[in-house]
Amino acid sequence: MSGIPHDHYEPSTGGEKWLHSRLPIVGLLYDTLMIPTPKNLNWMWIWGIVLTFCLALQIITGIVLVMHYTPHVDLAFGSIEHIMRNVNGGAMLRYLHMNGASLFFIAVYAHIFRGLYYGSYKAPREITWIVGMLIYLLMMGTAFMGYVLPWGQMSFWGATVITGLFGAIPLIGESIQTWLLGGPAVDNATLNRFFSLHYLLPFVIAGLVIVHIWAFHTTGNNNPTGVEVRRTSKADAEKDTLPFWPYFVIKDLFALAVILVVFFAVVGFMPNYLGHPDNYIEANPLVTPAHIVPEWYFLPFYAILRAFDSEVWVVIAANFLTGGIVDAKFFGVLAMFGAIIVMALVPWLDTSSVRSGRYRPMFKWWFWLFVVNFFVLMWVGAMPAEGIYPYIALLGSTYWFAYFLVILPLLGVLEKPLPQPETIEDDFKAHYGKSSTNDGATAATPAE
Amino acid sequence: MLKKLALAATLALAPVSGAFAAGASGHIENFDFSFEGPFGTFDQAQLQRGLQVYTQVCSSCHGMQYVPLRTLHAEDGPGMPEDQVRAYAEQFFEVYDEELEDFRPARPTDNFPANTAAGAPDLSLMAKARAGFHGPYGLGINQFFKGMGGPEYIASLLHGYTGEEKEEAGTILYENTAFPGGWISMAPPLYGDDVEYSDGTEASVEQQAKDVAAFLMWAAEPKLMARKQAGFVGVLFLTVLSVLLYLTNKRLWAPVKARAKD
Repeated sequence: MSGIPHDHYEPSTGGEKWLHSRLPIVGLLYDTLMIPTPKNLNWMWIWGIVLTFCLALQIITGIVLVMHYTPHVDLAFGSIEHIMRNVNGGAMLRYLHMNGASLFFIAVYAHIFRGLYYGSYKAPREITWIVGMLIYLLMMGTAFMGYVLPWGQMSFWGATVITGLFGAIPLIGESIQTWLLGGPAVDNATLNRFFSLHYLLPFVIAGLVIVHIWAFHTTGNNNPTGVEVRRTSKADAEKDTLPFWPYFVIKDLFALAVILVVFFAVVGFMPNYLGHPDNYIEANPLVTPAHIVPEWYFLPFYAILRAFDSEVWVVIAANFLTGGIVDAKFFGVLAMFGAIIVMALVPWLDTSSVRSGRYRPMFKWWFWLFVVNFFVLMWVGAMPAEGIYPYIALLGSTYWFAYFLVILPLLGVLEKPLPQPETIEDDFKAHYGKSSTNDGATAATPAE
Repeated sequence: MLKKLALAATLALAPVSGAFAAGASGHIENFDFSFEGPFGTFDQAQLQRGLQVYTQVCSSCHGMQYVPLRTLHAEDGPGMPEDQVRAYAEQFFEVYDEELEDFRPARPTDNFPANTAAGAPDLSLMAKARAGFHGPYGLGINQFFKGMGGPEYIASLLHGYTGEEKEEAGTILYENTAFPGGWISMAPPLYGDDVEYSDGTEASVEQQAKDVAAFLMWAAEPKLMARKQAGFVGVLFLTVLSVLLYLTNKRLWAPVKARAKD
């Protein structure tokens, strides 16, 4: 499966040979677990394990929660309270699931930023990137529908606002919205289909995760240098890599354990910190909350959605050129989905031949500005759309698009990259070789 | 039941959503509660006093439909003996029984009854449905250090009346320094000595406000203490696991890193 030469599973006993000639499942697991992995991976390569853990956590806690949940507008809110009060361990289970979603998104954003910085999306890893973006989109859909299920005020009004986005599509929008909702407004039919899809999509995600892993096991991992593993011979490959088990499994588990310490502190001591108090009020179609805010992980895109109001010149121009078909609302929707589409297309928008941001002196600045901009958008998405906030949102949204559509294409031409190491082995030696005296991790163990 | 309805009607509460939508937040006092912080626990005597205030004052207009009466027995809650819970349920509450097709005295297996007669919000989750602390600038820093502030909001609201009133569209509104917008349709429920505490605590407005706020926090989050304990055990064991994995990882990689020096 892997392009990097390495030892494969050899069945030794009779039983193993019998199974292997019928179903080479042990070989598949062996090759997956023993995949040669660049030995210079840094701590930003641990998020994959965290994400896998999150998916498992959400599915397991979710399946148990479903056993006690009732998807009906009159009963849903009460059934959540039933879980919180009457089900053994129910409060813990629900808080794990609630905050598990937040951990999932923290991990996925870190994972995506790592990919963007180290150029993990570049050839030959475009498919891995695209599949990853699909997973991310499905995660957002799943999280959104999950947030509707408790049937609190923010559930209801969030669902109303977000499904309203589809209503902004010219001509067919309203029909699509009605079809999605199962009626003219968010009601029992909506709750039922969201519940059904919230249960289905995680398994689609799980399937795509397998494809994601399959894709990058075919190309091999990227690494902080962006230099490929030598594939000339097994001996050469072994100088650049170590098997995933045990070296990276243990490293990743260590990172996961540290992250879970923080996670359990949040679940145990402040489980509602990331939630909104209004969601502890049962949904009421007659009372609109003062501010409708989505969950924190949607805020950057919510800011982009709201940034393009009818006073922005591009919106006025689009409105004029399309004869009124593209109005401010539809423009906002296009911008929000466009923001994710340009990110998905980054393998073809980035023209630089150098993969890793480590060797791209100009790119670094623009990248970190992009990260800062992401958090600014997140912050501004939670603020009311008045005063200075819409201008900040517009500025941030503009930078988001400029980064992908202007800066990355131009940098490849304008930038003079720094020299890259010849091999991963050189990079590893440069890091752990001479400077080892002031490196705490190796100093404690005497050399051979 | 009729007496209760009459009482509710005299207080004549109207939905307050209009005032709430105004958005200007009031002043919330940062009261100290025993259940704050990672190791904070409920003060059982305070929960019992709060229950008394809820029963004798709040429950005339407000319901608490999601809280099972039997949980008053919970050891990490009010901790009332079982027979006392039974007597309490029978004495103070009536529920509608679908089999009898009539009202009957409540049992521990029932929930606190709902009470929508006066249009007052249900209090089951009130301590989690209001935020006392915000920002600054939506950054969530205050909530991180002070907590979400639901109980603080309730206590501040209950003793935030200035005594001013005004009539608006046929409804009497009362000025309140804690309520968003400044004017609330709930008449001041506490005047001091509204209940007589059996443990001798002085029933001042502030004392009663804090007691009922603590009780409502328990009502909203009855598993608070169990949750904190689970969190503490989780943090402790995962820290130990982290240290073990750190040492394993260091030992595992040591020869690889040593070879890099050649």
